Amino acid sequence: MHNLFILLQKEFRQIFRNPTILRLILMMPIIQLILIPFAADYEIKNISFSVVDLDHSDYARRLVEKMTATGYFRLVEYGTSYAQSLNTIGNSQTDIILTIPAGFERDLVREQQTTIHLAADAVNGVRAGLGTAYAAQIIADFNANIRSEWLTVPQYGQMPRIEVVSSSWYNPYFDYHLFMVPGILAILVTMVGSFMAALNIVAEKEAGTIEQLNVSPLKKHEFILGKLIPFWVLGLISITIGNIVAYTVFGIVPIGSYWTIYIFSAIYLLSVLGIGLLISTFADTQQQATLFSFFFMMVFILMGGLYTPIESMPTWAQWIASFNPPAYFIKVIRAVFIKGSTFTDLLPDFYKMIGFALVFNSLAILNYRKRSA
Amino acid sequence: MTDLPNVIETEALTRRFGDFVAVNSISFQVKAGEIFGFLGANGAGKTTAMRILCGLLSPTSGKARVAGYDVYTESESIKQQIGYMSQKFSLYENLTVRENIRFFGGIYGLSAAEQKRKSDELITRLGLSHEANKLVGSLPIGWRQKISFSTALLHQPKIVFLDEPTGGVDPITRRQFRDMIYETAHSGISIFVTTHYMDEAEYCDRVSIMVDGAIAALDTPDRLKQQFVANSMDSVFLQLARHARRNE
Repeated sequence: MHNLFILLQKEFRQIFRNPTILRLILMMPIIQLILIPFAADYEIKNISFSVVDLDHSDYARRLVEKMTATGYFRLVEYGTSYAQSLNTIGNSQTDIILTIPAGFERDLVREQQTTIHLAADAVNGVRAGLGTAYAAQIIADFNANIRSEWLTVPQYGQMPRIEVVSSSWYNPYFDYHLFMVPGILAILVTMVGSFMAALNIVAEKEAGTIEQLNVSPLKKHEFILGKLIPFWVLGLISITIGNIVAYTVFGIVPIGSYWTIYIFSAIYLLSVLGIGLLISTFADTQQQATLFSFFFMMVFILMGGLYTPIESMPTWAQWIASFNPPAYFIKVIRAVFIKGSTFTDLLPDFYKMIGFALVFNSLAILNYRKRSA
Repeated sequence: MTDLPNVIETEALTRRFGDFVAVNSISFQVKAGEIFGFLGANGAGKTTAMRILCGLLSPTSGKARVAGYDVYTESESIKQQIGYMSQKFSLYENLTVRENIRFFGGIYGLSAAEQKRKSDELITRLGLSHEANKLVGSLPIGWRQKISFSTALLHQPKIVFLDEPTGGVDPITRRQFRDMIYETAHSGISIFVTTHYMDEAEYCDRVSIMVDGAIAALDTPDRLKQQFVANSMDSVFLQLARHARRNE
């Protein structure tokens, strides 16, 4: 206990004397939480579209008007040549070409059916996918409107219709911030825990001071605890700042309890600190540690369900994601914030996080040597 | 000096890294209060040997006891008995002089009161009263090395290992450093020092010269000079090191 106290005293002194670390701990949650949810938005707006109108009918104009009226689409070109519009796509000036065939109105009235063509610039797959989906929905709506106009004419009234009404639970207005803010909080904790702890230990290797500790009677567990505890505290501080920002900027408070969030954060931090410690036993320079951590962070974030839901990944990727600690934490913290899940609801995830903490820390302790072989 | 106990004893101590024999079957003894110079060109195996004795590196074969403890099985017990000053700078640059001294005293088990007493005493002795609350990083290297050396002595070890302590240090400080080493040895603490400077070898009680991982010569500076018909340690060293196959 005596040695641990001495180590902690030294570690906190060094941290509080390092303005860069303090700024990082303070500013990172604030900037990331404010910047990312506002900027990186799932909603695709301002989709530019070209219309190739070969019909020049009243219905064709109404369809185009309906598209622009939604606010999602911006008409950039209204022409009669598909080839020319393809050129516009090639120049990245338009995202979608809507081709209205000649005889569109006539076929719609006489044959009761017609075909229109949508072409999308799929260089950005998400934009293309969502753009065509929006367009298809608007066209279907347009179709339904026309039918209801004809409903007054008896011979068309027999058409059966199914209307799908959906209600969204927990986040009824699809508030994107409500979804992103807790996820980013989770990533923040991960960064502070793994990255900073790893860099701190490797910095001692670089300076040569770790050697001085290794020739001392200091015990391995004392050294490790002396390094983990400060970053555990910093991680909890950073999540607290994050919670404050979530409340003051976005008005987001967890529906569940803050206690649940802190209990999970405390355990989760132990597992990411274990990862950081493990990285530090492999890396000899801060550069190596940074590259290692960067690699881990990429996998953590992209396979953690922050942006893309894990459920829609292929089975093998889901299997990999099941070994990804941040995936559980992102899930838990979202559940507490958005759904109001309680500690008991999340008990299975709690056990898994304890498991991760034990595994990573044991590996790190096994791999940390006071004496090289 | 012959009646004093041995604090280091090695017998055929060897360390390999793959095919490379860094330390090749070295045997020697160091007595209590002795200043033992460990000389050799770069890459001769000095630092490797020293790291084994400090418990930072496992030996491949051979025997070694430091302060009466076995390096294979009792390396943690050795650690309470030794002081170590590495080639790399070994104090925390972003802690003050006082904080560094108290920290290193603390991890060797000094109580808060002892830490305070010893650090005050040391700061006065080194004449650093004005610098006590300055960050170590802001001090010149010569001062840092003096603090580093004194810090390694706080817990009253039986042996102090100094790995090229005077590299990059000005001649005046090197002289002061030599006086500190003498003083320490007089108090009964053995000094095990590696160096590049042959004038420093002159003040060692005994000197061992390593060539290609093995000890090529081991005796007092005077007798070595006689043996090699040389008037300085520099000349002795050059005669031996000339035949080295390993270079840098």
